[in-house]
Amino acid sequence: MRPSTEPQPLATPVGLAPDPIIRFQNVSKNWGSNQVLKSLNFEVAPGEKVSIIGPSGSGKTTILRILMTLETPSEGLVKVDGDVLWDVTAGQKVRETRQMRETRRKIGMVFQQFNLFPHMTAMENVIEAPIHVLGMNKAEARERAAELLNLVGLGKHMNHTPPQMSGGQQQRVAIARALAMRPKVLLFDEPTSALDPELIGEVLNVIRNLAHTTDMTMLMVTHEMRFAEEISDRVVMFDNGAAVESGPPAQIFKDPQQERTRTFLRAVLQH
Amino acid sequence: MIWDNNFAVSVIPLLLEGLWVTVKITLLGTMLAAALGLFFAILRRLAIPVLSPVVSFFVVFVRGTPLLVQAYCAFFVLPAYGISFDAFTTGVVVIGVNYSAYMAEVYRSGIQGVPKGQWEAATALSLPGTRTWGRIILPQAIRTVVPMLGNYLIQMFKDSAVLSAITVVELMATAQAIGSSSFRYLEPLTLAALLFLAISYPASRLVNRLERRYAPQH
Repeated sequence: MRPSTEPQPLATPVGLAPDPIIRFQNVSKNWGSNQVLKSLNFEVAPGEKVSIIGPSGSGKTTILRILMTLETPSEGLVKVDGDVLWDVTAGQKVRETRQMRETRRKIGMVFQQFNLFPHMTAMENVIEAPIHVLGMNKAEARERAAELLNLVGLGKHMNHTPPQMSGGQQQRVAIARALAMRPKVLLFDEPTSALDPELIGEVLNVIRNLAHTTDMTMLMVTHEMRFAEEISDRVVMFDNGAAVESGPPAQIFKDPQQERTRTFLRAVLQH
Repeated sequence: MIWDNNFAVSVIPLLLEGLWVTVKITLLGTMLAAALGLFFAILRRLAIPVLSPVVSFFVVFVRGTPLLVQAYCAFFVLPAYGISFDAFTTGVVVIGVNYSAYMAEVYRSGIQGVPKGQWEAATALSLPGTRTWGRIILPQAIRTVVPMLGNYLIQMFKDSAVLSAITVVELMATAQAIGSSSFRYLEPLTLAALLFLAISYPASRLVNRLERRYAPQH
C-alpha cells in the first residue's frame, strides 16, 4: 500500500442507524495562521463508542471542545441529535443562541483535570445541575446522585470535598456529575492523563462499565491504546487537523492502512 | 509640655465617643465598598458595551484622585447642585465609593484566579449565568481575597480620619477639638493614636490568621 497523508473518506459503520447523532460537516478551526481542524467531516452513530487517537496538537481535543461549545469553529456545520449546534460561515461573528444552549444539554463532558467544584462535596457537585438546570427537586436529585456515586464506587465519599479525594476518586465523581444530566452523548477528554499510574485502572473500569452497559454515545480522546482497543466500536486516527484513518479497533491496531497510523502506533506502543 | 494624667483620663469618654463614630463609618463604609466593588468587578468582567468601559473609567478616576479632594467635592460642591447630606452620611458614602474602586480590583484578581476549568465545567453542565457566578465562581474568588478585603478594612479605619476635614466628628476630629479648646494637644492626640492602634493591631493579626485559613484550595 502506498503511504498517504491524504484524509480518507470515513466509512459509515455497518449495522447502526443511518442518522448520525454527531455530525461535523466541513468544520475548520484556526488559531491565527495555525489550522487545528481542516474542513473536517466526521460522524458518530447513536450509541457508538468512538475513540480518537493521534499525536498531541492533531485537533482531537478541539473536536470535543467544539461539541461542548467551549470553542467556536471558524467555519462549518455541527449537528447533534438532528439539531444544529454550530452553523458558521467564515469570518462570521458567532454569538451563543438559545438553540445552542438547548442542544448543548444533550452533551456531557469529562475533563482531563476533572474540574470538580472544590468548595462543594461530591454530592453537591453531582446534584447542582440536575436541580438548577433540569429543575429536579432536591430529594430526587440526591437519591439519584447517591445511586450514581455508588455506581462509580464512591458511596462512602459523598460528603467529601475534592481536596479530600485522590485524583482517581475526583475523576469518578466527575463522571457521576456528567451522568446526572442524562446526556445522550458523553465526551471524555483524556480522562486518565492527569492521574498517577496506579489510579488509572479505577477510572478506566468505570468507563468500561459505562461502555458495556449503556446505549449512550461515547466519544473519547485517549492515549490508552489498549483501553481504546478494548471498548471502542470504532477508532479514529487524527493527524494534523484531519481524520487520517477510521475503522474497527482490530483493523486500526492490527492492520492499519495508513503509514501515518503505523508510525504513530509504533511510537506509542513501543514501551 | 508634660503629660497630665488627670486631664488624659478626663477626655477618654469623649474620645471613645469619637472612636465609636470612626468604627461606625468603617463598618458601613466597608459594607458599601464591598458590595459596590463586587458589582463593579462583575460589570467589568461581563464586558457589556458602554457600561463596562464607563465602570472602568470610574474606577481609574476614583483611584487616581485623593480621598480628601473627593470628600471636599462631595461636601462643599455637590450641595450647590442640590445634592446634600449630613457630614456622617456624606463621609460614609465618600469613603465607601472610594474604597469600592480598590475592592473592585481585589475582586477582579480573585475572579481571574478561579481556574478556567471551573467556567468550562459550568458550561458543560449548562448552568445558568447567575448560578455559575453565585455558586461556582464568586465563592471561590471571594474566598481567596477575604484577607485582602480585611486589609482594606483596616486601612479604611485609619483613612476615615480624613473625614474630620468635612466636619465628621470622629476620633481624630474629637481629639483636635479637645486640643483647640483646652490648648493641650499632647494627651488627646496621643490617646487618639493609641485608640487607633488598639483596634488596628488586633485586626491585622486577625487578617493574618484569615490569610492562612483562606489559602486557595487548588
